Amino acid sequence: MEFLFYFGEVFTPISFGLLLIGTIGGLILRATPGLSPTMAVALLIPFTFQLEAAQGLILLGAAYTSTVAGGAVSAILLKIPGAPANIATTLDGHTMAKQGKGAKALQLSFLASAVGGVFGVLLLIFLTPVLAKWALAFGPSHLFWLAILGVSVIGSLDSNSVVKGLLSGCIGLWLATIGFDDIMGAQRFIFHPALGGGINIIAALIGLFAIPQVLTMFSKGRNDANLEVIEVEKHSIVDAIKELFGRTRALGIGTIIGSIIGLIPGVGGQIAGLVAYDQSKKFSPEREKFGTGHPEGIIAAESANNAMVGPSLVPLLTLSIPGSPTAAVLLGGLLIHGIFPGADLFDNHPDVAWTFINSMLIGQILMCLFGLYVAGLAARVAQVPQSVMAAVVLGLAVFGSYSVQSSMGDVYVMASLGIMMFFLERFGFSAAPLVLGLILGPIAEANFIQGSMIADATDGAAIYFLGGTLNIVLIAIVVASIAYSVWMELREKQTKNEAAT
Amino acid sequence: MNRTQHVVSSGIIAAVGITVCWISFTQSPSEAFLFPRLISSIFVALALWTFGKALLGWSKTGTGISSGLFLRMFPGMVVALIYALWAAKELGFYTATTIAFFTLLSLYDPAPHSEPKSWVRRIIITACYMAVMYGLFAMLLKVYTPREIFF
Repeated sequence: MEFLFYFGEVFTPISFGLLLIGTIGGLILRATPGLSPTMAVALLIPFTFQLEAAQGLILLGAAYTSTVAGGAVSAILLKIPGAPANIATTLDGHTMAKQGKGAKALQLSFLASAVGGVFGVLLLIFLTPVLAKWALAFGPSHLFWLAILGVSVIGSLDSNSVVKGLLSGCIGLWLATIGFDDIMGAQRFIFHPALGGGINIIAALIGLFAIPQVLTMFSKGRNDANLEVIEVEKHSIVDAIKELFGRTRALGIGTIIGSIIGLIPGVGGQIAGLVAYDQSKKFSPEREKFGTGHPEGIIAAESANNAMVGPSLVPLLTLSIPGSPTAAVLLGGLLIHGIFPGADLFDNHPDVAWTFINSMLIGQILMCLFGLYVAGLAARVAQVPQSVMAAVVLGLAVFGSYSVQSSMGDVYVMASLGIMMFFLERFGFSAAPLVLGLILGPIAEANFIQGSMIADATDGAAIYFLGGTLNIVLIAIVVASIAYSVWMELREKQTKNEAAT
Repeated sequence: MNRTQHVVSSGIIAAVGITVCWISFTQSPSEAFLFPRLISSIFVALALWTFGKALLGWSKTGTGISSGLFLRMFPGMVVALIYALWAAKELGFYTATTIAFFTLLSLYDPAPHSEPKSWVRRIIITACYMAVMYGLFAMLLKVYTPREIFF
């Protein structure tokens, strides 16, 4: 119950103000298709430099929470899922809006998001310290395998092609080695003076997540989306609350599935929403109503999307292994304040860790309160032409990457990586494993070198890195995740071939 | 999708992988390249696998780059590159951003170019954007950016 001592920190004027800004800003901006939660958080990092660590994280955490929920607005009112996570919400949400029940759909969406989100953060609160204590027993070989696990799980699960996903992870791990070697001081892969200090993680994050989106918006040309926003009528919030708690099965299924999926590194909200929707449909006596504007569809999908947020941070805060691209960006936010998450985070920086987690709990409630009021405005923002959004994001990316350490080198790195990622994405590569490789590379290398030294002095590298129960378990998970993804890929190919014949 | 595109893209990645691997195994001190050797070996193996698949026409993932997409994206990419790699430093951040933002709006805004009203709107949007950027970065965050000409 240590977290209770730090609740007051969330309610200081600056912290609460930042929480409000992050929540409301995230809700409004998230409605814009193309602005993903990861990109929003990455672009916000430069604004946290002058803040204290806890305050910076409050802003980033609030933006993360509200951008996940805010995607439902464009899904319901415009039939454009703000993110893949909101695909399931579109199925029933937009149908309800067309039936004149847009306000009810939005209310149910935000209420279900809040319930799922609060449950997910409570899970984060109670699981994290337990896992952190357990993680104290980890040695260099375990941490090395954990870093490899982080890259390989996301590489295999987050990509359409397992080999390309793993290759993206390798590219990220290689990029992390650019610069001066920590132990020998040797130069490695410094092809340009801008790379002398290595690749700055914030500039890289901005480039890898923002620039491909900018170029994708350019690639649509002078396209007037001409989106039609469905007007919403008034609907009693009390009735919406009654409706929500009258459908506890869908709410429970969504919340539990979202929480479990959030704990698995690499499996994002997209899967959480769709799996919860599917399972809720299977267990519902009114399953034929799904897809025709059934409230349970929205409740299951949105509670799952937000329930995933809290647990997705458990591996980050306990093992310093980001379980998702957004968690990787949050790790970047922690690192610039000199805070290394991991087993001793709650001993060394309890104020930062608990204030951040508590703010996410309060943020879920604020997101629900404000979500209903700003939904109309958010839908209007979604109508902003993509040309304007692309130019806005490009400017923010250049200024943001420069402001990291007032270096033009970071701007060059940001632009180069961004353009490279745009082309790589077009050929089936994914940014998430590349980013995780870049972030986890130094952790993997430091523990690999440390482990090699220990191995030289003891039983040799093979026994040190491949022996022991925990090493074997971690290697087994790496192999299992790759094998599962290969099996899924082969099965998908077979299904496609059968459909073609 | 065009098979050649897959072959070219995976070929470039394989070439990068081989270069990285070659550097890792030839540079000294060898202790500093221990981890890069491990990574680059896997990098090369996976890159060659991808390249082989592309050569055989088995590579199917990704949407590729159609000529239409490239032509639509190209002017924006050129403006973005000039802005980030040259203009921001040489002209000053705010001047370069103003020019780049306005150019991109003019290139991609769906409003007709023949209407004076749409040009006025673009100028107003650019001015508002620059005011926000100046307020955020120069006044709030106190980031000293290269100024060069004008401001």
